[in-house]
Amino acid sequence: MATTISSSATQTNGTRGAQRWKEMSKPEVGDWRVKGGLAQMLKGGVIMDVVTPDQAKIAEDAGAVSVMALERVPSDIRRDGGVARMSDPDLISGIINAVSIPVMAKARIGHFVEAQILEALGVDYCDESEVLTPADNEYHIDKWQYKMPYVCGARNIGEALRRIGEGAAMIRTKGEAGTGDIVHAVTHARQILGDIRRLQNMPTEELMSAARDFQAPYELVVEVHRTGKLPVVNFAAGGIATPADAALLMQIGVEGVFVGSGIFKSSNPAKMADAIVRATTHFNDPDMLAEISRGLGTAMPGIEANKIPQADQLQTRGW
Amino acid sequence: MNRLNGNAPSRPRIGVLALQGDFAEHIHMLGLIGITAVEVRKVQQLSEIDGLIIPGGESTTIVKLLTRFDFIDGLRSQVESGMALWGTCAGMIVIARELTDPYPTPLGLIDIGVSRNYFGRQVDSFEQELVIKGIEGAPMQAVFIRAPIVNDVGVGVETLASVQNGVGTQAVAVKNGRILATSFHPELTRDTRLHELFVELATEAANDRIRISPDITEGTPSQA
Repeated sequence: MATTISSSATQTNGTRGAQRWKEMSKPEVGDWRVKGGLAQMLKGGVIMDVVTPDQAKIAEDAGAVSVMALERVPSDIRRDGGVARMSDPDLISGIINAVSIPVMAKARIGHFVEAQILEALGVDYCDESEVLTPADNEYHIDKWQYKMPYVCGARNIGEALRRIGEGAAMIRTKGEAGTGDIVHAVTHARQILGDIRRLQNMPTEELMSAARDFQAPYELVVEVHRTGKLPVVNFAAGGIATPADAALLMQIGVEGVFVGSGIFKSSNPAKMADAIVRATTHFNDPDMLAEISRGLGTAMPGIEANKIPQADQLQTRGW
Repeated sequence: MNRLNGNAPSRPRIGVLALQGDFAEHIHMLGLIGITAVEVRKVQQLSEIDGLIIPGGESTTIVKLLTRFDFIDGLRSQVESGMALWGTCAGMIVIARELTDPYPTPLGLIDIGVSRNYFGRQVDSFEQELVIKGIEGAPMQAVFIRAPIVNDVGVGVETLASVQNGVGTQAVAVKNGRILATSFHPELTRDTRLHELFVELATEAANDRIRISPDITEGTPSQA
């Protein structure tokens, strides 16, 4: 708008992901710090799926740090089947106008035109998401090309670092969206954090082979080895349905949570939203968590994620 | 204040409000200049620190959690008794006197009016060099993320830095006594100069609160 933004960072076509990451993630390149910086501001917070402006207001009032604007929450997408696409711009704009907190929206994996549309709408963060039906069986979006930052799902360090190499400024676990079953979010968080600990403790001569095995950019593997953390913020998502679920993931070591169907498929969404927000702050205080967990009504019904056949799992989408 | 050591401390005790936001980055920056800061999640902790940073985050969330966890009165009385305070971005919004938005309700700890998300949405976030009064050497690299701006500077509040925009010059860093507010995020850079300034303010607070023995201060908090 009134200010000029460094756009030179997005003009190095042709270089490979890791090299580009190396060039673009330097502290003096404002583009990267400004994109990743918003995710830093979301830490310790809860990002909630909403399908109407009214729900967005309820989420904001409950203390959500951001909302994800959708036409259907993942449990409904799962139930309805069919092709799931980007939401109607009217719906997204309606939600943007209803709240003052940042608004995220989902584009299909590889669907860079949906992403262009979301950026044009003023969406604050794009989720290139496995919850929608993938548009490309081989390639993800080249996320360096946008001023709009991206969050992407991952199940392990290789997937996380490939997405970061493509320009993602925030990572979340995939979990198994729309189930209300926390088990896969826990598995993925443990996998990613365990992979990080393994890399951190590796002698440097093993890092190239690790990069090969993880199918991850070497420079990013070296970066994780050096710092002991992902170069971007790491949230949990997929199946979080109670305050205890949120606190579990926080104690395992993520920096914040996404709650999809878990809020507005519960019997008292405002109360559940408020409780999950407070539990994410006091995730390490059992007395507080006991108090927060009282009298919330029924959590979302849910389905056992381990009983979903592999072909129907959303988490296997993404390459 | 019950201190084990009656001498003036060389290092003040600093806390970073850890209800939500990038508190870890502030703690890291303070670590770089030799200060071990604590995460503040309960109002009782405020009586054990000389300075508090309210970090970047979502201002609506932070105000809600401050209210929900009964921080408001305790925070106000600590600030009135001379505790140093610094709000960055969301933190600036939280401590302002009033906002152009109807929501959230700020705490009114510094006499400034603030516009939230002044520069626009995330795609309008940016970084620029900024000359800040009291900070020597090269300009600081200021990161503005969905940043607020000060549209009304009250009496006694000093403007430390401003940016130019379509309507003129507006403040993005202000100070009143031991209270500091910045629209941008020094904690996202490696430049510790503003953190050093805050440590000076907190040291002042520590010395000030120590000069008067606890039995004399009973009921009459020392004032900056």
